[in-house]
Amino acid sequence: MLNCQEITRLFSESQERSLSWKERMWLKMHVTMCSGCRNFGKQMDALRQVSHSYVKGEDERAEK
Amino acid sequence: MNEEALPQIDDEPGSGNTSLLSDTEFMENLRSQMLKFATLQLSDAHLAEDAVQDALIGALKNANSFGGRAALKTWVFAILKNKIADVLRQKQRTINASSLLREDEDEEDFAALFNAKGFWQANERPVAWANPEESFREGQFWHVFEACLENLPGHQARVFMMREFIELNSHEICAAVGITVSNLNVMLYRARVRLRECLENRWFAEKEQPC
Repeated sequence: MLNCQEITRLFSESQERSLSWKERMWLKMHVTMCSGCRNFGKQMDALRQVSHSYVKGEDERAEK
Repeated sequence: MNEEALPQIDDEPGSGNTSLLSDTEFMENLRSQMLKFATLQLSDAHLAEDAVQDALIGALKNANSFGGRAALKTWVFAILKNKIADVLRQKQRTINASSLLREDEDEEDFAALFNAKGFWQANERPVAWANPEESFREGQFWHVFEACLENLPGHQARVFMMREFIELNSHEICAAVGITVSNLNVMLYRARVRLRECLENRWFAEKEQPC
């Protein structure tokens, strides 16, 4: 059973490589019980979205 | 550089103008933003200056086709990103790997996030972010994002931007910086943990406050 520190590392790595079946199972099992890691996982995707939007000049389109 | 590959210029159609380029405050801001970004990525002031210069000259030539600041910035950054990616792919092991690792060896304040068993400390547990996309429309959100990026240790910021802004893959970053994939994974993890925490504390949690 992985702890939150290990689970969050896996979430970060999933942004660089596809996880193995086993790793995906660990994540799934963990997030059913842990809201902190569930939120962390979603925030990894959000960070990527924020970065890509920033480079596309989204900040200049925003209301000042 | 193939200009065909550049993004479509689509915002505020019909209002093509050159006044944008005579908006010296905007241009000066854009230039310094690009220069900061390029210098961090290339760790070479001359190469950075050249890359930014080329990107801006391209923009000047095409001044009439830009409808707004966002379009101009998108375009300029797209050129700059390509230039930086090219330079990084050619130039390998630009910085001393050992200095990089030393910075990252310290376990920092990560102990404060997790307890001895590696589970979240109650007050550090990430909360749900309401509608991140909606925040993109608020200028203040982007100021917070920039401030959070500035707060990252330099090497973490650099590899994070290589990955998320320039969109290099792990192997390209490792070759350019001279680190192993596991070093890189640790650095990206730390950068993301810090950024996430910063955005949550300074933006998403603030928004949740009752009025």
